[in-house]
Amino acid sequence: MITHSPSPGVAVSIQGIGKTYETRHGDEVRALEDINVDIRPGEFVAVLGPSGCGKSTLLSMLAGLLAPSEGVMKIDGERLVKAHPRAGVVFQTDLLLYWRTVLQNILLPIEIKGTVTDAHVARARDLLAQVGLADFADKHPSELSGGMRQRVSICRALIQQPGLLLMDEPFGALDALTREQMIIDLQQLWLTQRNTVIFITHGIDEAVFLADRVLVMSPRPGKVDLELAIDLPRPRRWSVRADPAFNAYLLQIREVFESKGVLHGSH
Amino acid sequence: MASPSSRRGRRKRLLAGGLDFLAAPALVAVILLIWQACVPLFDISPFILPTPYAVLQRLFQDYQLLAAHGQVTLLEVVLGFGLAAVVGVALSLAIFYFRPVEKALYPVLVGLQTVPKAALAPLLVLYLGYGWAPKIFLAFLISFFPILIATVVGLQSLDKGLIQLARSMGASEWQMFWKIRLQAALPNVFGGFKVGISLAVIGAIIGEYVAAEKGLGYLQLQANSQFDTTLNFASIIVISLIGMLLYWVLNRIEDLVVYRKEKPQ
Repeated sequence: MITHSPSPGVAVSIQGIGKTYETRHGDEVRALEDINVDIRPGEFVAVLGPSGCGKSTLLSMLAGLLAPSEGVMKIDGERLVKAHPRAGVVFQTDLLLYWRTVLQNILLPIEIKGTVTDAHVARARDLLAQVGLADFADKHPSELSGGMRQRVSICRALIQQPGLLLMDEPFGALDALTREQMIIDLQQLWLTQRNTVIFITHGIDEAVFLADRVLVMSPRPGKVDLELAIDLPRPRRWSVRADPAFNAYLLQIREVFESKGVLHGSH
Repeated sequence: MASPSSRRGRRKRLLAGGLDFLAAPALVAVILLIWQACVPLFDISPFILPTPYAVLQRLFQDYQLLAAHGQVTLLEVVLGFGLAAVVGVALSLAIFYFRPVEKALYPVLVGLQTVPKAALAPLLVLYLGYGWAPKIFLAFLISFFPILIATVVGLQSLDKGLIQLARSMGASEWQMFWKIRLQAALPNVFGGFKVGISLAVIGAIIGEYVAAEKGLGYLQLQANSQFDTTLNFASIIVISLIGMLLYWVLNRIEDLVVYRKEKPQ
């Protein structure tokens, strides 16, 4: 059983967010339409949808890398205008600096904000231990496998004890078995850290497995079609996939995708 | 436990590795031996072609003369290359960060690159005289461009994802440059340096051919006028040694400054 200590996570409020791009030919493309979401501190939210549904655009906005065309985003009630100091981002590729050791890579955000102290180093080593890479602190990224590298990039995002962990298809570039392990390990990490997580994915199974709530999106224009609270006990294990409730969630999401033409051919 | 076949395989690999290592020196040794044998065999005059052994003897005999002129050439190369490195990197930063500089200067520099630098040597003598200046300037001119191009390409080729990452951490433009962009460009910069240093040697020697009172290029011309082909060859060897030495120094600096994903052989 999990004891609920006060969560270090932040509250995220997304109000009427829309985004219109202009293409090179001057045409306007509506990437996101009227997104409204309120996320509780410490909540794990998966944003699920096919490519082109604007889910990565939404994440870029939350990371402060992109300004919305309309609407407001707030973190703990404060309007988001640039990269939030309490947000950490994990991208689809690990984006580790190859000339730095694993430890130096994890400490990069600290270096950028100020000075690295012994406490930061201790925390970095602790995070590495939590993801099973305690012995790799002084290795270089080229000496690590893809899954290990992405673990390091997660540690880097967590080093500042962020209130908000933004993950943009973080396991998309990994092989299937590594991804399975990463899903389990991420859940474990989140259960100890308890920060707010926004997890972008196109994997229905991993969204339901990980999230407290799944936002199902469809493209053209990108909007939220379904908000699905996942009421399954934590920590979830492989066996949860045999749970009828788990499969009912999957089915419900597939039906949304079918009605939107994202999936078809089941009749 | 290793099976006999794998042990045999390893011995074979070790042998092959040893042969790989020896292949190039062996080829050089064979060529030198053929050369050494051919000179008396075909009764070639030492004015045309001295034996390698005679050249080696001369290197030791006249080492003071060669060292005195070698020093001059070495200094010309180092100063010309140093200038090219500083100006090349500085200009590439200006080209990268200031759009007007890129639009105005970059095409002009690329266009000027079509001028063969050696063809400028007589003019440089006219403008800069017979002293150090034209040699250093020619070494600079000839080695500057590859350094500039390599650095610009290195700065431009940064992974877009790393830019996003740095921005998501709230990095300033300076931090972005110092901690990420420059570091990522360093292998390119050193690539440019290594091309540049070899060219700088050529620049200095050509400068000495045109007009000089010292330096290894000057010594070669002296040797030629006296039909002292052995000294000519000895000078060539010292010029090559200067090139190798400087290349080696750059390599060592690169080892200290740049992390290499794959160690060079």
